[in-house]
Amino acid sequence: MARVVVDVMPKPEILDPQGQAVANALPRLGFTGIADVRQGKHFELEVDDSVDDETLAKIAEGFLSNPVVEDFVVRRLPA
Amino acid sequence: MRIGVITFPGTLDDADAARAVRYAGAEAVALWHGDADLRGVDAVVVPGGFSYGDYLRAGAIARFAPVMGEVVRAVRGGLPVLGICNGFQILCEAGLLPGALLRNAGLHFVCRDQRLRVERTSTAWTGGFEAGAEIVVPVKNMDGRYTAEQSTVDELEGEGRVVFRYLGANPNGSLGDIAGISSADGRVVGLMPHPEHAIDELTGPSADGLRLFTSVLGSVLA
Amino acid sequence: MTATTHVDTVGHAAATPEVDQPYRELGLKHDEYTRIREILGRRPTDAELAMYSVMWSEHCSYKSSKVHLSYFGETTTEAMRSSMLAGIGENAGVVDIGDGWAVTFKVESHNHPSYVEPYQGAATGVGGIVRDILAMGARPLAVMDPLRFGAAEAPDTRRVLPGVVAGVGGYGNCLGLPNIGGEVVFDPSYQGNPLVNALCVGAMRVEDLHLAHASGTGNKVILFGARTGLDGIGGVSVLASDTFAGDEGGTGRKKLPSVQVGDPFTEKVLIECCLELFGAGLVVGIQDLGGAGLSCATSELASAGDGGMRVELDRVPLRAKGMTPAEILSSESQERMCAVVRPEDVEAFMDVCRRWDVIATEIGEVTDGDRLVITWHGETVVDVPPRTVAHEGPVYQRPVTRPADQTDLEADDPVVLERPHTPEALRAEILRMAASPNLASRAWVTEQYDRYVRGGTVLAQPADAGMVRIDESTGRGVAISCDCNGRYTRLDPYAGAQLALAEAYRNVAVSGARPVAVTNCLNFGSPEDPGVMWQFERAVHGLADGCATLGIPVTGGNVSFYNQTGHTPILPTPVVGVLGVIDDVRRRIPTGLGAPGDTLLLLGDTADEFGGSEWAHVVHGHLGGRPPAVDLDAERRLAGLLAGGGVSAAHDLSEGGLAQTLVEACLLSGRGARVTLPGADPFVALFSESSARVLVAVPESGTAAFTARCAEAGVPCHRLGTVEAAGALAIEGLADLPLDELRTAWEGTLPALFG
Repeated sequence: MARVVVDVMPKPEILDPQGQAVANALPRLGFTGIADVRQGKHFELEVDDSVDDETLAKIAEGFLSNPVVEDFVVRRLPA
Repeated sequence: MRIGVITFPGTLDDADAARAVRYAGAEAVALWHGDADLRGVDAVVVPGGFSYGDYLRAGAIARFAPVMGEVVRAVRGGLPVLGICNGFQILCEAGLLPGALLRNAGLHFVCRDQRLRVERTSTAWTGGFEAGAEIVVPVKNMDGRYTAEQSTVDELEGEGRVVFRYLGANPNGSLGDIAGISSADGRVVGLMPHPEHAIDELTGPSADGLRLFTSVLGSVLA
Repeated sequence: MTATTHVDTVGHAAATPEVDQPYRELGLKHDEYTRIREILGRRPTDAELAMYSVMWSEHCSYKSSKVHLSYFGETTTEAMRSSMLAGIGENAGVVDIGDGWAVTFKVESHNHPSYVEPYQGAATGVGGIVRDILAMGARPLAVMDPLRFGAAEAPDTRRVLPGVVAGVGGYGNCLGLPNIGGEVVFDPSYQGNPLVNALCVGAMRVEDLHLAHASGTGNKVILFGARTGLDGIGGVSVLASDTFAGDEGGTGRKKLPSVQVGDPFTEKVLIECCLELFGAGLVVGIQDLGGAGLSCATSELASAGDGGMRVELDRVPLRAKGMTPAEILSSESQERMCAVVRPEDVEAFMDVCRRWDVIATEIGEVTDGDRLVITWHGETVVDVPPRTVAHEGPVYQRPVTRPADQTDLEADDPVVLERPHTPEALRAEILRMAASPNLASRAWVTEQYDRYVRGGTVLAQPADAGMVRIDESTGRGVAISCDCNGRYTRLDPYAGAQLALAEAYRNVAVSGARPVAVTNCLNFGSPEDPGVMWQFERAVHGLADGCATLGIPVTGGNVSFYNQTGHTPILPTPVVGVLGVIDDVRRRIPTGLGAPGDTLLLLGDTADEFGGSEWAHVVHGHLGGRPPAVDLDAERRLAGLLAGGGVSAAHDLSEGGLAQTLVEACLLSGRGARVTLPGADPFVALFSESSARVLVAVPESGTAAFTARCAEAGVPCHRLGTVEAAGALAIEGLADLPLDELRTAWEGTLPALFG
């Protein structure tokens, strides 16, 4: 078994209302110096050794992310 | 009798909460999120909606508004506060009520006429109900699944602080069918269903919700 | 056109006439490009080309439909026009409803974006129509969404429908607008091309009407709302003028998603901000930014005003780095508005925006010339006569030919289809129909929409029409219904459009309101297909003639072409919305059965009419013959009768006929009924879709008086039976259908399909 992490983020050019709302709130809470916030999703998968990278990429692209508006990164964590 | 209704950016049911206050015979006072001022009101309603779009978490940004600091302070002095839907979420985020509201179990927004049982009548907002009364009030939310640590739920149940419970099908997977709870002293009540949308049979499924607003009149004047 | 540091100025364009411009990729035909060069006396700059291409697209210019749409104007009489405060050509039509109130309503399509990305496509469709209503100076009051999908059981419908429904709900709920009606229709013709139409209605005091023009030299142009990013660049042009799978990077950038992401929270704040600005009298003219973004807003504001306009494009607040003038002008970023403000009001305007945390930027001013001049860091990148961009686009007289298969289609009479005869078979057919995807309960969809917010909803789905209260002191309100049966329209576009009008009109009347105005969303296939243009022309004529007969004007509308899968067009789908006024919403007629003991009457006559019917579709997969006969005078008499009151509840008859109406009325009221079918043929009585019919419940004591009024009004009236306290729908000599059994059939279908 291996642990695989998939991070899904809105594409840079896509509006991210959630990240924007957080970014706008920070100065009101007294935190300055934060120029931008983007909010994404973090998935942790427990994966059988037989599952190859290609399959993981398919899962990430076709299911965990929406390729129309999101990018993703797949990482295998060391055991 | 003056009851404040708070408006945050993205609050939606403020006009409706104010209407319910008026129907109950009180004066509705508009309170603005950015003003650290409760304008001397006798009670506060934190209405429903999507404050700050529910971004980050429902209620997570609104709880830091200047007006909420005043609400937290006034609650210590016994000010009656009612949080409806997003208002309930804000009160939980602000620590005035225990627990949290998560995404509905069905993962959809759910809008339906919901049967509830009034479990506790010794609060500032439910004194006018008969114990065990069954009422019909609309529920409409995306994040309405009440959850808390088991010890907290045990405490709430043990102290009789579950104020409203869903009857029939649980609309969102709430723990113990919990629809609304109160603070230990019964002055602060939060619930997911919308009593302000059940104040007459023309625009709501019943007039049952109006009783929350008339109850608080009695509790403040008493 | 490239996105390098070089900027194509007007001077540079004049000096380099030979530059090869990618006008075809932007959707312009060669002769259209030649005309732009003639208008300007030189080649257009990149920015000008972007503006013209997007504004001359089918979506913005109505170039294929214009010659036909003029028929609406020709058939609108002075009497019909008398209550219209603004009509076709404005952001939305406006109707005077009395007591100093004006109401505005409009439907728009967001079909192609909703196929590409169902959630965001549907969400931004709601956002766009709401801004249209806001731009008239009105407070948006309610929305409704006519939706059409492929076959209910098709795999792609499971992708598209849940996304669209969640998008409509996600945006509308967060915006705080009740969703009070709409449609969900399944047909295989929408498989690769769902129809996502969005309607919004708003109200204002008559004196608060705001029109989109930029008047008064020296007045400032202020852009406010969200920042401008790389959303849907070239979207309108690419999406609406050709197929939508095509090139997304029309401006030479790397492939950009032509999807816009909606932010309902920003829009909610923008609505409150705008209403405060209107209330304080700080706005001279206003325009929303929708398809074609700033290209559209600046050219339309300027050409509707009495002067020119100068815009400094480099002042536009951006969300993305390195955007070119062409990209800024074409961006379809959502939640933006453009206002014209007197110089002395600018500071007050900015104060209101600050209070709502809305970004507002002065980007230009109204000039005394007649040109729209746009600069970029001091250099002129656009210098055009604004009318040539906004209103003087190309006009096409597309070939119109009756489709070759139309005659065969009409001749394929459903009379040959096998009909059930025995009581057992008819009983089974009632249940089968009630459970069929087009007739089954829509609760799975509508429970995802907030129908209560704002506290003014008096009727909402599954009622025949949605109704909202406008004035709390008098109870004055409006009712709306939108309807269309694409199968009827396929069989006869002229009659089909009239049947859509008739149903929407009837639904409004059945709610107790008086129909006063019409809007439409005309969804058709490719205008380059002469058969589609024939359908379009016939439908427009049918609708316009129908409105003239009913005496209510078309106040606005929307055309959506290129709705097809491959070369197969969708069923022609002219969605018709009718607005009605009710003096006091407490006099509304609930949808359903009324009180136990009430008399049930069927108003209107039933003929053997099954062409295009739901029964032929569900049971035989058949589409052929003639649609039900249209009788608009009968509809008018029916509406007049219902306006006189005396009815405790009512329900319209439409798809599925009397059987479906009885099933729904019983289930909505939770009451039973004991009825005897009229006529000799129970099958025809149950399932025929003859028009101009309504089921009404009348108090026993008032029955004689009501039937006398029917006779007086010339409305046929048949006594069906009575309302029962509970139990069953009992059809004499035929079937006893317990409510539980009906409920299981009617409510189970959509949850089983969509989870």
